[in-house]
Amino acid sequence: MTLLLDLALVAGLLALALHIACVRDDRNAIVSFIAFGLLLGLGWTRLASIDVALTEAAIGGGVTGVLLLRAEAHLRTGKTSDTSKNRGTSKSRGASTSRGATALAAIACTGVAAGLALVVLTFPAPAPTLAPAAAAALPGTGLGNPVTAVLLAYRALDTLLEKVVLILALIGIWSLAPDMLWGGAPSLRPAVVPEPLAYLAQMLPPFGVLIAVYMFWVGADAPGGTFQAGTVLAAMWLLVMLAGLRPAPETRRLALRLVLVGGPALFLAIGFLGFAIADGFLSYPESIAKPLIVGIEAALTLSIGATLGLLVAGPAQTAPGR
Amino acid sequence: MISLVDAFTLLAIGAGAILFLAGTLGLIRFPDTLSRLHALSKADNLGLGLIVLGLLPQATSTAGALKLVCVWLLAQLSAATASQLIAGAVHRRKSGS
Repeated sequence: MTLLLDLALVAGLLALALHIACVRDDRNAIVSFIAFGLLLGLGWTRLASIDVALTEAAIGGGVTGVLLLRAEAHLRTGKTSDTSKNRGTSKSRGASTSRGATALAAIACTGVAAGLALVVLTFPAPAPTLAPAAAAALPGTGLGNPVTAVLLAYRALDTLLEKVVLILALIGIWSLAPDMLWGGAPSLRPAVVPEPLAYLAQMLPPFGVLIAVYMFWVGADAPGGTFQAGTVLAAMWLLVMLAGLRPAPETRRLALRLVLVGGPALFLAIGFLGFAIADGFLSYPESIAKPLIVGIEAALTLSIGATLGLLVAGPAQTAPGR
Repeated sequence: MISLVDAFTLLAIGAGAILFLAGTLGLIRFPDTLSRLHALSKADNLGLGLIVLGLLPQATSTAGALKLVCVWLLAQLSAATASQLIAGAVHRRKSGS
């Protein structure tokens, strides 16, 4: 019976992936991609990877979906004014190059997928795993969730770099703003805010913030953690900005920038502190490992929430006020 | 022999699943956006409600049961808002053209 469910899930995922790749309408593809993210989350729960499932649903389905939808809306307004200018000349050439590129991408993707399948199939019978070692070292960190232990203790360097990359991505987006708008506020509020949206933006955030705090707190011992909690925070903030209850903040504000870099900065500072109080960079003394990790996670959750929210909000669109 | 609690769970979840099936049928077969929305929100609210109701006796703790109820309430809030937003968009498009 569960095999039937798994087969249906795999068939649905493959069909949806094919649909996303083949469909011509961009918006249709993006909405399907969001559904794909949620379905993939279900797939991860079937593999008993609840942490990955939560992240996939939050990032793969939610944040990426909103980012793509906003990008598509921008392209759409650009396209209508562009097509009238250079119609005809570039059309035939553009079609042939895009077909060649599509074929090339298809061949490359098939190659990568076949290679991966080959690698997976040639694994030795009990697949090599570090899971027992990770579980054995768990008491030293004071944590109960091995995934959090991997992210913040065993492979903390990867996590640190990941957060820095997020900040770099945000700087990349901000730098798309023209010079005179630098430091100004992005604009998210639509011309008309439907009443139900405003109502939801008033009702949901208290629950959302509570759920985010819960997810962050429970992440030490059960599935959950900084990234999922940060995404929920970002979603609540975006909802408030989209409904026009609060304007998007000016990107030059010091408090905002401090929140953005606070998480990674604290992570880095405690990492360097490891030289003095423990074995080296990014290592924690066993007695206070858990408070240190939870402290880093708290700061990271705020930073991730702010970063993801501003990633979606985009570059500044109004000049900074004096 | 299954216990009374398990029988209740099976019955409620079965009914919920049938409602989801009917809602999906309606989503595919109904002619216009508003009636499709109607079918969808019925499945969301009542179908999910029945499934949550069926799962309640299986919850191992009160906190777990409360979380299930919260999931249902939050899903209802978001489904109702999404339906209103879509219906509003349809209405504006109709009166605009």
